[in-house]
Amino acid sequence: MRRGAGPVLAGLAAVAGLAVALEMAVAAGLIGGFVVAPPTAIAGAMPKLLFEEGVGRAFLVTFASTFSASALAALVGIPAGYLLYRHAWLGRAYENWIAALFSAPLILLYPMFLVIFGRSPAVCVAMGFLVGVIPVILKTREGFLGARPVLVNVARSFGAGEAEILRKVLLPAARPAIFTGLRLCLIYAMINVVGIEFLANLGGLGFLVGEMFDRYDIPAMYAALICLVLTSTLFYALTGRAERWLGGR
Amino acid sequence: MPLRVAGVSKTFAASDGASVQALDDVSLEVRDGEFVSLIGPSGCGKSTLFQIIGGLLQGDRGTVAVDGNALNGSRRDIGMVFQEESTFPWRTVLDNVAFPLELAGLGKAEREERARRFVRLVGLDGFERKFPDELSGGMRQRTAIARTLAFEPRILLMDEPFASLDEQTRILLGDKILQIWRELKQTTLLITHNITEAVQLSDRVAVMTYRPGRIKRIVEIDLPRPRSSEIIASAEFGRYVGLLWQDLREEASRGMADAERTTA
Repeated sequence: MRRGAGPVLAGLAAVAGLAVALEMAVAAGLIGGFVVAPPTAIAGAMPKLLFEEGVGRAFLVTFASTFSASALAALVGIPAGYLLYRHAWLGRAYENWIAALFSAPLILLYPMFLVIFGRSPAVCVAMGFLVGVIPVILKTREGFLGARPVLVNVARSFGAGEAEILRKVLLPAARPAIFTGLRLCLIYAMINVVGIEFLANLGGLGFLVGEMFDRYDIPAMYAALICLVLTSTLFYALTGRAERWLGGR
Repeated sequence: MPLRVAGVSKTFAASDGASVQALDDVSLEVRDGEFVSLIGPSGCGKSTLFQIIGGLLQGDRGTVAVDGNALNGSRRDIGMVFQEESTFPWRTVLDNVAFPLELAGLGKAEREERARRFVRLVGLDGFERKFPDELSGGMRQRTAIARTLAFEPRILLMDEPFASLDEQTRILLGDKILQIWRELKQTTLLITHNITEAVQLSDRVAVMTYRPGRIKRIVEIDLPRPRSSEIIASAEFGRYVGLLWQDLREEASRGMADAERTTA
């Protein structure tokens, strides 16, 4: 199926429209310039972030922590989700506990992780992993449970063994749900990574946002936030590409 | 004898602790190149028998043999076509049909070439690169049939493959099945509840009783071959339909009464 440029242009047009509206609202005094920087001032602060504040390096730190946390969550979460599906009693025993953890404010555990790992990016990776692995487990199990039994029977009727059924039927059938879990994982991991960087001054884009706020450089703070949004968009695009590469549509 | 089902019985444990006997001493033979239909009312154990013959379910007693060899577990000699929609939605028509060849370890070029032959056979040439959600229900079932035929089984075993389709499509697909059967001389066992379909396609029709399922009677369909759906208009065809309905009516009534008693 051909993907046209229309949706991309519509998305960019919406962002441009919002930027113009914000610019006009600040210029008209409807929104205080001390609270919200006008888009032109944010754009003006970008070179400073790039050349003086090391936004490139901050991006790499946040990207590496979020990616490591999510990759670990995928490595642990997908097999764990499969186990909860394969052994129904495990699923019944642990699903509610895992779902309960999902709604718990796990970020409040960060001081404990600081004690365990010291002031290092490992704290961000561990926190990102902890919150990210939960949706991967839950969505993977859901994906496997949603695989229609007749598809497994088709493979079995052709003499497929358990490993082939997993590889050629169950995993492709569960793939959309697994990728939903991975997208949620990336979102939660990144929120937590940035949050810890902000709270514990551990570098990265979270630290940069906090630093700009402390200096009361509001345009630069918003510029750093935009870099965060762009990082998140990059992750989203990478996940979509990975899904298509693995045979998704 | 290509397919011999001998003395197959199966009892299931019901949720209330009682047991339900689905099949009782079912015996049936299908000769080389023959098209046999097994017809029965809902709840007579047709699908249970389908799974036992295909090796997806173990019977309590009895044997299933292909060319005299009793079989256990999944059978390389028996290709199954399922009642439910069973194409893999993430694979194209060609990749669906090539699936059993992929499991058999054939190289990409060889399996695609062989798969194309069966795609053509079911009349889906031109749709090789389409995904199942871009096809009609009838085309999806033809894809599933082509996939099973690509497996080149000794016996083709089908469980109401057109059950979800409308009557007209079903009759027209019956023509397609007859054409494929003629071309491949494929020994076929069709499980169905549709009398017209059974008479249109078969050399013999075995009628099953309502629970527990037994073979009540086997009717030879002495209609000329090659056949097409036009035969439905003939008086002989109507006579066979009437004859089978006489047998089925009593069983279907028992099934309906049982269902009403259970839901009361």
